[in-house]
Amino acid sequence: MRLRDVSITAWIGILGILLAFFCAIFAPWIAPFGEREIVGGVWEPMGGAYLLGTDNLGRDILSRMIFGARTTLSVAMAATIISFSLGIILSFTAAVSRGWIDQIFSRFNDLMMSIPTLIFALVVLAALPQSLIVLILVMAVLDSTRVYRLGRAVALDVAVMEFVEAAKLRGEGRIWIIFREILPNTLTPLLAEFGLRFAFSILFLSTLSFLGLGIQPPAADWGGMVKDNKDGIIFGISAALVPGGAIAALAICVNLVVDWLLKRTSSLKGGRGDA
Amino acid sequence: MHDHLLSVRNLKIEATSYPPGEPPKDITIVEGISFDLEKGKVLGLIGESGAGKSTIGLSALAYGRGGVRITGGEVLLEGKDILPLGKRGIRTIRGARVCYVAQSAAAAFNPAHKLGDQVIEATLAHGLMSEAEARKRALYLFEVLGLPNPDTFGDRFPHQVSGGQLQRAMTAMALCSNPQLIVFDEPTTALDVTTQIDVLAAIKHAIEETDTAALYITHDLAVVAQISDHIMVLRHGHMVEYGTAQQIIEAPREEYTRALVNVRQKKREEAADQTDTLLKVDNVSAGYSNGFKVLFDVSLHLPKGQTLAIVGESGSGKSTLARVITGLLPPSEGSITFDGKQLTPALKQRSRDDLRRIQLIYQMADTAMNPRQTVGQIIGRPLSFYFGLHGAKKRARVAELLEEIEMGSGFIDRYPAELSGGQKQRVAIARALAAEPELILCDEPTSALDPLVAEGILNLLLRLQAETQVSYLFITHDIAIVRAIADSVAVMHRGKLVRFGPKSKVLAPPFDDYTDLLLKSVPEMEIGWLEKALASRKMESAGN
Repeated sequence: MRLRDVSITAWIGILGILLAFFCAIFAPWIAPFGEREIVGGVWEPMGGAYLLGTDNLGRDILSRMIFGARTTLSVAMAATIISFSLGIILSFTAAVSRGWIDQIFSRFNDLMMSIPTLIFALVVLAALPQSLIVLILVMAVLDSTRVYRLGRAVALDVAVMEFVEAAKLRGEGRIWIIFREILPNTLTPLLAEFGLRFAFSILFLSTLSFLGLGIQPPAADWGGMVKDNKDGIIFGISAALVPGGAIAALAICVNLVVDWLLKRTSSLKGGRGDA
Repeated sequence: MHDHLLSVRNLKIEATSYPPGEPPKDITIVEGISFDLEKGKVLGLIGESGAGKSTIGLSALAYGRGGVRITGGEVLLEGKDILPLGKRGIRTIRGARVCYVAQSAAAAFNPAHKLGDQVIEATLAHGLMSEAEARKRALYLFEVLGLPNPDTFGDRFPHQVSGGQLQRAMTAMALCSNPQLIVFDEPTTALDVTTQIDVLAAIKHAIEETDTAALYITHDLAVVAQISDHIMVLRHGHMVEYGTAQQIIEAPREEYTRALVNVRQKKREEAADQTDTLLKVDNVSAGYSNGFKVLFDVSLHLPKGQTLAIVGESGSGKSTLARVITGLLPPSEGSITFDGKQLTPALKQRSRDDLRRIQLIYQMADTAMNPRQTVGQIIGRPLSFYFGLHGAKKRARVAELLEEIEMGSGFIDRYPAELSGGQKQRVAIARALAAEPELILCDEPTSALDPLVAEGILNLLLRLQAETQVSYLFITHDIAIVRAIADSVAVMHRGKLVRFGPKSKVLAPPFDDYTDLLLKSVPEMEIGWLEKALASRKMESAGN
């Protein structure tokens, strides 16, 4: 892969993501103020000492955005990765094994999917102790049901191909068939789904924070910041739009990169392209 | 020049290709093709895949498939160039004066409409006849094409008739508007030989009856010899040779044409000693879990280092037999003995060494290889899986195997998509060889390949057998291949073994009815074979 093969849209996406990660990693050094520090009046306008203004408690929004990137990104990323690992392993096992394993997994998945995600999450999070790990796991498990659905569908398509039969005839085990024969041929749709799911995770985390069950104050996170400042909108104060815009921008950046990856992998020599 | 129905002058056809990572470029598909076709005559276009024969055929309808553009030359229909007509103008010609018969009739018919309605659709759309007239003509054509129950045939849906009947219905559709020219694009390629001969005879009869001219596109010289007045041999978009059918078959001038004519003439003497049995199939019956039985009481055996050919048309159960032997489909009755030891019926219970000793080569090499693995990985996997080879040793052995299949180690890092059809099949053979098997099941490994490429594969298999003493169970529908490679032959029909024994006995009279039909249906490279075959068939049915 050469750098000049990367398309402009992909560069925009990559830069956006890098910026977010840069903020997340170096937050204490680049943020002008502390995460929880009250530095000025309530809802001060943009410009001046506070580049993006201050929030409903008089904290610097830019600083909280930078610190918020940390929690938002890490929680969303961890949840997406776990949900994909879980969903792919279970769905591929079901697709390769068929029979009763497939039935048990799939019906249980249907059961999980039949409960509205948000309500399920609210109930579980309300009952369980409030910790970051629990939050991530709940998000991951709920999201993995969607991944399972897609994973099983694409894996079934590939599992009936003759090269998989040839691997079975060779005597290959299930692990080899899943990871070496099927997974590489399903990467294209799965990558697309990953980008989408990551964006959804950010949104879902924001929703939970907005409802008060996600990241707990005073820790900053983008969704929570929207919630904190939403009342300002009535008074014409744009403080809530900054984290909201950041969520949208990051979701778009992730999808720009995924779109490019998709194009690249499907035009790979011998890829089961979607072109 | 008005005495020619169709004149093609200096045809040039181009397409744009999009190689990954490079700017798109124009490639020439067909160049410098000229020919004339008179009324009521048939011109055969023959060549391997990629020769441009379909592209030339479609140019008679001024049509370019999938990004293909006609960039030069003229296509004159009764003296008038149809290329500059534009979309609206060409529409009055397509389906009315020039019609097209596609290779896969099953894909070309709309499954939701009755055959009769589809056959007359284009004729009505052009307003050439009233509906009653069109139906009458369709009925007449069904009769001419020898379709069963012609008066009710049009009321059926495409899935209710057989593949051969569907192909004839498509010919009726093309003939319905009483066109001056029909383009047949490999109309019998997807059919079994016993069906092919019927369709071929029907097409020939219908062309003669209606005095229509035709372009007949195929890769099978023996087929085109039966039906054409003239033959044009094509290769890489250029004309190799043009002449009367007689001259092309009997006195080909060009090297390439000679190779095509001689391709199926190979014969091999069968091995004398057929006693040292490697594989023995005893009274095997098999079916699918829904109770549908596919194999009935099949018994046969295969000596070490020899080739058993299993012949039959589609649906005869020959591929199922291979699946039973591999263990993919455990038999419901009967047993399989391999090298004196009974094989466990199901794949999962077999030991790794048992699996290693029986390898399978698929018909479609494209789908039999993981498109995301390199040639080196594909061939290397059996080496590490069965023999624990790694690193440099494995790579060296892969290179050695690539030499064996006459490809060379330069291919080691290529992906299957970068290989030609023949090369893919060679890699599939190398993958089987890597396991050092004693038996290779070959499931029609050459039927998707062009004749000359297929011959190369057969020669390779024979050479490998001579070197390694491997046995082949070779599944095919092609009698010419059986003659070329087999020691013993099993003929299958509808899941039953019809005939089994040494080649010299099976392919010599007295025949049973089915084997007789099968042998007589195989086109031979001889003008007038079709008439002879049909005549001998009629005589027999009269005799019975």
